[in-house]
Amino acid sequence: MTTTDTRTAPAADRAKSGGVTGALSNYIDERTSISVAVKEFGRKIFPDHWSFMLGEVALYSFVVILLSGSFLTFFFQASMAEVEYSGSYVPLKGLEMSAAMASALDISFDIRGGLLMRQVHHWAALLFIASIGLHMLRIYFTGAFRKPRELNWVIGFVLFILAMAEGFTGYSLPDDLLSGNGLRIIDGMVKGIPVVGTWISYLLFGGEFPGTQIIGRLYTLHILLLPAIIVALIALHLVFVVVHKHTQYPGPGKTNENVIGYPVLPVYAAKAGGFFFIVFGVIAFMAAFFTINPIWNYGPYDPSPVSAGTQPDWYIGFADGALRLVPPHLEFVLWDHTFSWNIILPIAVLGLFIVTVMVYPFIEAWVTGDKREHHLLDRPRNAATRTAIGAAGVSFYAVLWAAASSDIIATHFKLAMEHVIHVLQFLLIVGPFIAFYVTKRICLALQKKDREIALHGYESGRIVRLPGGEFIEVHQQLDEYERWKLVSYNDYQPLMIRPGVDGKISSLQRVRASVSRWFFEDRIEPVSQTELDHSHGHGHAAVAGSPDQYQSVESGSGSAGGAPHAH
Amino acid sequence: MANDKGAGDLVPVDPEHSAPTSAGTAVVHRDAVQNPGLPPHRLRVGDLDPKKADRTERGISILFYISIVASIGAIVSYFAFPIIPDNPASVRLNTLFLGASIALALLTIGIGVVHWGKALMHDHEGVDVRHPVRGSDETRARAVEIFDQANKESGFGRRALLRNSLIGAFVAFPLPAIFLFRDLAPTSDDPAAELRHTMWDKGVRLTRDPDGAPIKASDVTLGSAFHVIPEGLNESEHKLEEKAKAAVLLMRLKPSDFNVSPGREDWNYDGIVAYSKICTHVGCPVALYEQQTHHLLCPCHQSQFDIKNEAEVIFGPAKRPLPQLPITVDAEGYLVARSDFTEPVGPSFWERGDYDNN
Repeated sequence: MTTTDTRTAPAADRAKSGGVTGALSNYIDERTSISVAVKEFGRKIFPDHWSFMLGEVALYSFVVILLSGSFLTFFFQASMAEVEYSGSYVPLKGLEMSAAMASALDISFDIRGGLLMRQVHHWAALLFIASIGLHMLRIYFTGAFRKPRELNWVIGFVLFILAMAEGFTGYSLPDDLLSGNGLRIIDGMVKGIPVVGTWISYLLFGGEFPGTQIIGRLYTLHILLLPAIIVALIALHLVFVVVHKHTQYPGPGKTNENVIGYPVLPVYAAKAGGFFFIVFGVIAFMAAFFTINPIWNYGPYDPSPVSAGTQPDWYIGFADGALRLVPPHLEFVLWDHTFSWNIILPIAVLGLFIVTVMVYPFIEAWVTGDKREHHLLDRPRNAATRTAIGAAGVSFYAVLWAAASSDIIATHFKLAMEHVIHVLQFLLIVGPFIAFYVTKRICLALQKKDREIALHGYESGRIVRLPGGEFIEVHQQLDEYERWKLVSYNDYQPLMIRPGVDGKISSLQRVRASVSRWFFEDRIEPVSQTELDHSHGHGHAAVAGSPDQYQSVESGSGSAGGAPHAH
Repeated sequence: MANDKGAGDLVPVDPEHSAPTSAGTAVVHRDAVQNPGLPPHRLRVGDLDPKKADRTERGISILFYISIVASIGAIVSYFAFPIIPDNPASVRLNTLFLGASIALALLTIGIGVVHWGKALMHDHEGVDVRHPVRGSDETRARAVEIFDQANKESGFGRRALLRNSLIGAFVAFPLPAIFLFRDLAPTSDDPAAELRHTMWDKGVRLTRDPDGAPIKASDVTLGSAFHVIPEGLNESEHKLEEKAKAAVLLMRLKPSDFNVSPGREDWNYDGIVAYSKICTHVGCPVALYEQQTHHLLCPCHQSQFDIKNEAEVIFGPAKRPLPQLPITVDAEGYLVARSDFTEPVGPSFWERGDYDNN
């Protein structure tokens, strides 16, 4: 609605006409060229899907963690100096404990809103890690890690590890009985590492366990080093999101070359900005109503007592579970040195597991050899083998995780502890195979169903009697927009081995071919236009219930032979 | 080399990249169904009926007013529900009302703004065009040119002596940092040696955890179990470190109920046995004693030890039995240690070596 006059007028004049806001904008722009950023990003399009909010939840809960954590630092004393507790919590009065524990109790019982902030901090941390985990699963199962986003997957993976490290260092800080036992376990694990373990433990704790140093050191890691790295990596993670532009789910109108959605200003600013308040609000709600980490029930750390049902915060559970599930008697002494395989093996298995997670994008890229950029997500069913591998990984993790509660499972369900462990040991090995097989079959079945629906429509539930007396159910065709979702996906075939330029087949090529076959031998081709035309070639606008429709049902079932892989 | 070419001679690094990128084993179907394009836009209730949009606006503004009230309410609760010393219920109320009002203030803003975005803001979908992430051929060529030029102007490639000595310096300069961390732990002690000894020694009394009262052999009845620390631990300078190694469990069994291996005949006193409480797996206190079976259970990772058989491992990840503390009684009838443990207690470590064979 600008007139010719204002368009040609200098920016300063226009700013004047805009009043205070205009003058301020002009002042800032002349010093920051912020208008360039607004022009560049203000109308940037973001696609819409509920699953894209998982990463947002992680980001926002991290902001809440920073806010609540800063509050806590004003009151917390990261010191293991012995003090006599003299705060308001009567059962612990007069007890000797570290200054860290005493100040954590003061935050909980003597500072208004202190307990609330502690619980906001703890709940936000749990939500942070949970949402990162779910975000990663979303990325994995939709194939969002494919080119050009492999490196961003690695950054996200590192953030996940750092988040767990933040969690562990954080819940150790109050120096209570439960977290002290957690540190004791870390100490025992570190000591089991060959050659350097004893010394690493010694240096970490500043002498013998527990020493008087560890809380202060963890505090530095927890509030300075780790958050700094996390902030930097989150920034990088988001820069990549901007550079790559967000992925989108397949759908009508969406292609690999476009982004369809809503602009940052105003819609995404409102939705994402509002969502921050929702996340913060939900965390505040949980902190107000649900107790988390009641350190006053545990008491100060003492190496001697421990309560039954001891287990770490849930996200460390998989590591604790691995320690529980290791087979017995795995330790021997060789040349006067102790090889604690009951420690080394779980560490190695966990290491292998998480490294596999990290490098998976590169493995898949190597198998497919696909060098194209992928901005359209896969529906999980359409990448059956990947989805099945994911399910196997999830069940492996889940069994380890369940194992961290083996004793609680045993007491709760009145089972023998030994049986629970043995069943979980069995499931740890067999579970992933079952999960892989079942998931793959489900994916293929869903693909077949999609194919069937794309070609023949869905069952409408209307039964019609034909003049000849035959009963038939009317199939309702999809409209082209709904159908598009079912027929547009990436299709790979197993790699054919071909000799290289020297006329030989390298062994690497053989491996790749066999992995490729394992990935793609069961593929189901997407419906082609010819098949579609053939299946309802009598006019797809056919009125449901017309004789044409019935014929299409019959001819359709006959024509499926056009896709040999599907049957 | 760069100096062979003028800037104008530079061509795209890899002409193959100008061709379509390899799709690997992907099948590109010529006969694929064509993308039907965006479905027709669907109007919302508010788009069709301005009155409904107005009603939505009023509803959202009510949410924002509620938020203002809740924020003020949070401040009011801060004072209205103070923490009263020695009254845990007051803490609960303070947390509850403060938290609930803050949550309400935040949620109403969030829900209101999101609803505004979804129901009232212009909702026509926009389209952005993607560009390949890689720079254009010209950009890449220019980048190569810049590096070449920098190389030429600096002599980085040509002056090998300069370059290699600089690389050497870069490798060397972080090394001091490694040594700086040595003093994380005291230099005077050897950790492996420290781990071999505890506070227990000949004649040290077994006392109750935590009060330090000495234990008479006659107090230890059949079937009872005591959590034990060495006498003087509570006054020790390094109380927790010593306790983390010296904690002991004391039990009395019928002499016929347990086996004693050669060399350990005098380690128990009249059926009273003392075992290290520190798990040989990763060091949790093995605190759970089953009186009927005389099994000890570690609550952390479920290792089980059979006291009837000198604490041998009968289940779980631990490998070694809990070390036994040799005990006897002194002249006054109090239980005392005969010596320190004869092997290191607690989790395994690299330098632990083969104590069992010594």
